[in-house]
Amino acid sequence: MSESTQTQAEPADFSAARSENRSLLAASGLVKRFGGLVAVDRATIEVAQGSITGLIGPNGAGKTTLFNLLSNFLRPDAGEVLFDGHPIHRLAPHQVAHQGLVRTFQVARVLSRLSVLENMLLATQRQTGEQFWNVWLRAGQIAREERAERDRAMEILHSVGLAEKAHDYAGGLSGGQRKLLEIGRALMTNPKLILLDEPAAGVNPTLINQICDRILQWNQAGMTFLIIEHNMDVVMSLCDRVWVLAEGRNLAVGKPQEIQTNPQVLEAYLGK
Amino acid sequence: MRLIPHFPANVTFQVRPKTILLPDRDRHRRRSGSALVGYKPTALHKSTKQRDGMTNYLVSLIVVTATYALFSLGLNLQWGLTGLINFGHVASMTLGAYTTVLLSAQAVPLPVAVFCGALLAALLGVLIGFFTLRLREDYLSIVTIGVSEVIRLVALNEEWLTRGAFGVQNFPLPLAQFRPTLFSRLVMIGILTLIAIWAIGRVVQWLRQRFQKLNGAIDGTLIGVALLGLGGLWVYWIAATSLYRFSDNPARSGLMLISVVLTAIAFWMLERLAHSPWGRILKAIREDEEVAKALGKDVFWYKQQSLMLGNAIAAVAGSLLAWQLTSVYPSTFEPLTTFYAWIIVVLGGAGNNAGTILGAVILWAYFEVTRFLPNLVQALHSAVPLIPPTIDPAREGAVRLMFIGLLLMLLMMLRPQGILGKKEELTLDR
Repeated sequence: MSESTQTQAEPADFSAARSENRSLLAASGLVKRFGGLVAVDRATIEVAQGSITGLIGPNGAGKTTLFNLLSNFLRPDAGEVLFDGHPIHRLAPHQVAHQGLVRTFQVARVLSRLSVLENMLLATQRQTGEQFWNVWLRAGQIAREERAERDRAMEILHSVGLAEKAHDYAGGLSGGQRKLLEIGRALMTNPKLILLDEPAAGVNPTLINQICDRILQWNQAGMTFLIIEHNMDVVMSLCDRVWVLAEGRNLAVGKPQEIQTNPQVLEAYLGK
Repeated sequence: MRLIPHFPANVTFQVRPKTILLPDRDRHRRRSGSALVGYKPTALHKSTKQRDGMTNYLVSLIVVTATYALFSLGLNLQWGLTGLINFGHVASMTLGAYTTVLLSAQAVPLPVAVFCGALLAALLGVLIGFFTLRLREDYLSIVTIGVSEVIRLVALNEEWLTRGAFGVQNFPLPLAQFRPTLFSRLVMIGILTLIAIWAIGRVVQWLRQRFQKLNGAIDGTLIGVALLGLGGLWVYWIAATSLYRFSDNPARSGLMLISVVLTAIAFWMLERLAHSPWGRILKAIREDEEVAKALGKDVFWYKQQSLMLGNAIAAVAGSLLAWQLTSVYPSTFEPLTTFYAWIIVVLGGAGNNAGTILGAVILWAYFEVTRFLPNLVQALHSAVPLIPPTIDPAREGAVRLMFIGLLLMLLMMLRPQGILGKKEELTLDR
């Protein structure tokens, strides 16, 4: 990494690259340092309402760190994140989720010793039964909510093909099924935006197609996605717009076809 | 006031060989010099006396088992459900016991005193949680064991408050002045009967499910639990008898009812919580708190609630322990007591409330059975003269604990999930 020369240079100005649609998520000037390493350096990203936006870059480009900054699992050293017009970079991670921004993990994380259905039910936001006193005072309402949520969870499980596994331990699922469960769980929260970290990593091609179909289907139903992905076929077929990150900075942004032919991007991936 | 601080090292050399290896009830017995706590022989026929002795003995055993079951239920909430490693659970018990006896000695009504103890223990949970829950989970275990020792040493040294090593003796016991009519005795028996019916119902339900799962086969666990259920019926009969003859020893019979009722309430509460969305969040935190966070759950606050509630339950168990021993000494609250709770939870199966109660029953049954160890040694001596005829109390205690260690090792090898735990849960990867 030739840091000495590059850190001096101002990153290119990407604020002009606004999309025509209203932006749901707009982050600008995000910086995150780990000791001497600048993992994310004045990064900007925008996700238009109703879009599927891609985020690509070589390994170590800071994509997952950027995700952590957006969902506030890490606090940015500088910069701001606007979600739906409100700044969210000072909120706690769980409050970010309350706002309707929910993330998945690069290595799918499931709650092993809970059933698949329980994994789904956990995700619902602001359940009455999550308050200690309500368990005693509003048992009827909790039971009604649980019934309704159970139906909704089963519906989503059907759509990701996990319905017959509903009562199995989530820890018994395969890697690909865990990815599906994670996406389904994210949907369960009724979010406005889902951040997917490598949904196709370690998944067999048939299942990748299935996941892509689902994402397109949900997108048509109005859900917005921001996706990190290394599989270029997936990125090209899904995304409306792609942001490229290299060494923590924005390198390019544009339609998938433009990115594919962008010499800077090719250089970052393949070297000179 | 003690000028030289009382370091645990001092205690180690002076007292440990005789007392530390035994549970409190034994210690107390040795101190009072009588085989049965507070049991005074009356001028009755010998057979009646024996029968009464047996009843009293079993009633004391019910109280101590219920106390430890309650204590361990608190730990099971914290560790089994939420995954918080609390190695200082006894701290809450100390607070509960001392608060209850000191306040009630100042004529504060007993329920208020117990409530204050529970509140104080919950506050301790807040304090510990505030400083440690943001750190990695190992730190919680280090801090909790430290805090529990600090609290015990405060109790030992702040003599103006706790009378230090002299302990607190004269304090009111619940229902000790209660002279029930036949009607109120029947009501008490009724309450006990309801709890017994509920408990037996659950055992039967469990047996039926297990029987179906095994496709009509019968295994050791099934037989064990069934025998335990039958034993429970016998214990119920003894307990009901003791309530009927309440005036024989109001303090003991009353405490027996109170401890059983409190344990049943705690069990019911915790079962309900465990199956609520609230409990689901705790389990999610146990499995992977990052996921819970990503799904919008305030992990810190839920851990805090779990600590507070678990501590409050342990404090109530502390009150029961104080009433049962009729005296409170700092030495009662050594870290070993915490690890009894851990043994109980691990025995029964982590995260399983019924298993926790079963674990308490097994541990105390074990302690009572091994009480006859000297007799066994004597019998062995007559068979094999190589074995010494007697065993001194210090060694006896050590041997009894040693076998618990062995028991746990065997359990971990043969049934690592605990007695009522689910085996399939162990094979799941993260």
